[in-house]
Amino acid sequence: MLTEPTPKNDLIFRIAGDGGEGVISCGDFIAAACARSGLEIYTFKTFPAEVRGGYAMYQIRVSSKPLFNQGDTFDIFCALNSEAYEINRVRLLPGTALIYDNSFSPDIPDGILAYPIPMTKASKALGFKKAKNMVALGAISELFDISAEALKGVLCDKFKAKGDKVLQANLDAFDKGVECATALEKNSELQLPAGEEAKDVIMLSGNEAIGLGALIGGLNFFSAYPITPASEIARYLAIHLPKTGGTLIQAEDEIASISQAIGASFAGKKAMTATSGPGIALMSEMLGFAFMSETPVVVVDVQRGGPSTGLPTKHEQSDLLAAVYGSHGDAMRVVLSVENVADCIHMTVDAMNLAETYQSPVLLLSESSLAFSSQTIPTPDPDLIEVVQRKRWDGEGEYQRYEQTADFISPMADPGTPCALHMATGLEHKADGRPSFTSASHEEMTAKRFDKLKTLPDNFRAIEIDGDADAQADIGIITWGSSIGVAREAIARLRDEGLDVKGLYPKLIWPMQVEQFENFAATCKKVLVVEVNYQGQLAQLIRSQTSLDPVSHTIFGGMPFTPANIEAKVRELL
Amino acid sequence: MNSAPMKPKDYQSGIHPVWCAGCGNYGALAGVYRALSELNIDPANLVNISGIGCSSRMPYFLKAFKMHTLHGRAGPVATGVQLARPDLNVLVTGGDGDGFSIGGGHMPHLGRTNVNLTYILMDNHIYGLTKGQVSPTSRREMKGYTTPYGGIEEPMRPLLYMLTYGATYVGQAFAGDAKMCAELIKGGLEHRGMAYIHILSQCPSFNKMDTADYFKSIIKEIPQTHDVNNLRKAMRLIYKFAEKKKEPVGLLYQSQRPTLDEIMADLVQQAGGSKDYDIRKIIDLSRP
Repeated sequence: MLTEPTPKNDLIFRIAGDGGEGVISCGDFIAAACARSGLEIYTFKTFPAEVRGGYAMYQIRVSSKPLFNQGDTFDIFCALNSEAYEINRVRLLPGTALIYDNSFSPDIPDGILAYPIPMTKASKALGFKKAKNMVALGAISELFDISAEALKGVLCDKFKAKGDKVLQANLDAFDKGVECATALEKNSELQLPAGEEAKDVIMLSGNEAIGLGALIGGLNFFSAYPITPASEIARYLAIHLPKTGGTLIQAEDEIASISQAIGASFAGKKAMTATSGPGIALMSEMLGFAFMSETPVVVVDVQRGGPSTGLPTKHEQSDLLAAVYGSHGDAMRVVLSVENVADCIHMTVDAMNLAETYQSPVLLLSESSLAFSSQTIPTPDPDLIEVVQRKRWDGEGEYQRYEQTADFISPMADPGTPCALHMATGLEHKADGRPSFTSASHEEMTAKRFDKLKTLPDNFRAIEIDGDADAQADIGIITWGSSIGVAREAIARLRDEGLDVKGLYPKLIWPMQVEQFENFAATCKKVLVVEVNYQGQLAQLIRSQTSLDPVSHTIFGGMPFTPANIEAKVRELL
Repeated sequence: MNSAPMKPKDYQSGIHPVWCAGCGNYGALAGVYRALSELNIDPANLVNISGIGCSSRMPYFLKAFKMHTLHGRAGPVATGVQLARPDLNVLVTGGDGDGFSIGGGHMPHLGRTNVNLTYILMDNHIYGLTKGQVSPTSRREMKGYTTPYGGIEEPMRPLLYMLTYGATYVGQAFAGDAKMCAELIKGGLEHRGMAYIHILSQCPSFNKMDTADYFKSIIKEIPQTHDVNNLRKAMRLIYKFAEKKKEPVGLLYQSQRPTLDEIMADLVQQAGGSKDYDIRKIIDLSRP
């Protein structure tokens, strides 16, 4: 029974419980059903670093409008056990709906819409204790108007491989949940909005999207070593890369994985590896070699909390300085960062294109929160995505691997090419690859290696400005990675209040598009740099490369920013 | 390239070796030239990968596609080359420190995955390029640059190591015997799988203990009757020789099993893999 007819078009569900209680699958089903109903999805998960047990949380933000982040808090909370309830109790604001397993009796704060559901009891009565999450799912479906038909469709697809018996048991538990919730009074605001029909979307995680981007970009060779939170990239490619005739190998360590990728690239293939911070640390010498020998290679770094083993499953944007500077000697590389799942596809292609074009290592920085965030995005059309091949020798004249050219990029020649025998080397060398340790050679070749990347900041697409590029603003926010999505919402809300705030969202981090930073800052009274790391790593880079002296605002608690946090900081500065 | 048979000198790059006079690596290099010539391998289809060290300079002196990489990393780089281009001949050249100290973590995986490449390890029982520190194969009693009171560690056993980890072609030669070097290298290049060729290669500048004469005094040819297809017998032979302080020279072991690239090719075939595969089919799998 509805009390009012105005549903809010932005609902955030949070499901929490023990790792083994089916939190993740329950969340996946809600996300898939909502996406099938034509709604936009942005999910956010945390799970324990331990293999079994421990607290797991899955949050699903749903709207008919585009979504840019996981949101400030949640509107609907489903607790599968009392520990999960206690962890979240302090975050329960008045008006929040609470669905909980009635096998425990929570101390519920005032103003909460409480829905006790016999999850444990009902699933036991059905003789299928593992279906506790399905009872919860049925109740959630009924209480918040998630199409039961769409959910059942998802369950059928998910469980059909496990046989009719398993499927039916899950459907029965789901129906039981619906039944338990039917008599309960619903809240009219907390009803799922109507979706738009027939949207051409796909829904996938950041890690899967990086794998897909690599396939679109023409990946031939992938090598990686298992590491949280990057392993799903290898998993996705292990399934799909062989279909396109590519090769995937799990190497003995991260040094071997980047070495194999560099070997495959030398042999003429598009090659990539994916890791997290600890792997980047191990790869730093090979990144220098790729730069020195001018070998294209893409390295994905799905950042997690560091340093050392740090917080392996938590969110942090703290590998920026390592990505930019982590090598000995005068070395350079291209560093890109991704904002969302769509970027994970398109910027992986960018990374591959840039590696091939500039014969350089390219690091693509993703983040733990994105790695596991499922988002609905427009279905990409591979025909509309530009894929670049490296400059190859045309067979004219005498081949020299490090020949000086107008753009400082020397044509490559695959092994097997007649008359193109050559040496690619990490020793300082002459144009023909012979070692040379003279001042002249080192000066000339160092300049060549740096000069070829000098045009990149101008050649790469312009940095997105959120707001009118020429208009004056009181505060200009610069941020990177997934924090961009949070800033978008914060800025939109502040603007709605009439405040003059704009944003600058760089995706090419290194080499820096300095002029565009300067131009942006010239239109802002104050510049604020927002990022999830202790040191203010982007702020440091900006100070070192530009004339800006921005205010640095950082958090470093293993969680992403919320729009409210950024809004509060802006208000403080005004 | 040219259809005329290639002579050993046709494989010389034109860059003269930087090695000291009397260095064992000259013998190994002569063996490489001779083996390539006997197989008439087109330099365009030859890739030589190395790490860092005196012997890792070999690619500069050879006509081929070459990559001079990082200390210890020649093995995985060569693995990448081989998997990317299984049609090429892949040769790895390096030393004892490069292969068994800094790169020691990679060696087991070259063997167990049976990468189709030929690894020539020139073992001089010393770090020559850094002027005389003990290496993982130095004898215990060796006094080195950083071991003025004598060595501390026992030497490792490269042949047993590679046999244990699954190399499918294992042999040893003395650098002074360029003919045997050439024979083993030729066999290694012809072998499908991970071929490991250990060359006892003296360092006249920094290893005054394990000289050419010393190596000559300890080597002993593997008897004709040795069964090269029997792993247990190959290992026993090494132990038996060691009891008499002898090092076996010749081919110790050879067997056949699928190589990493063959397994990969099967996998691609099973997946119905093709360069023309429509990626849209993969994209469609992500529809909610």
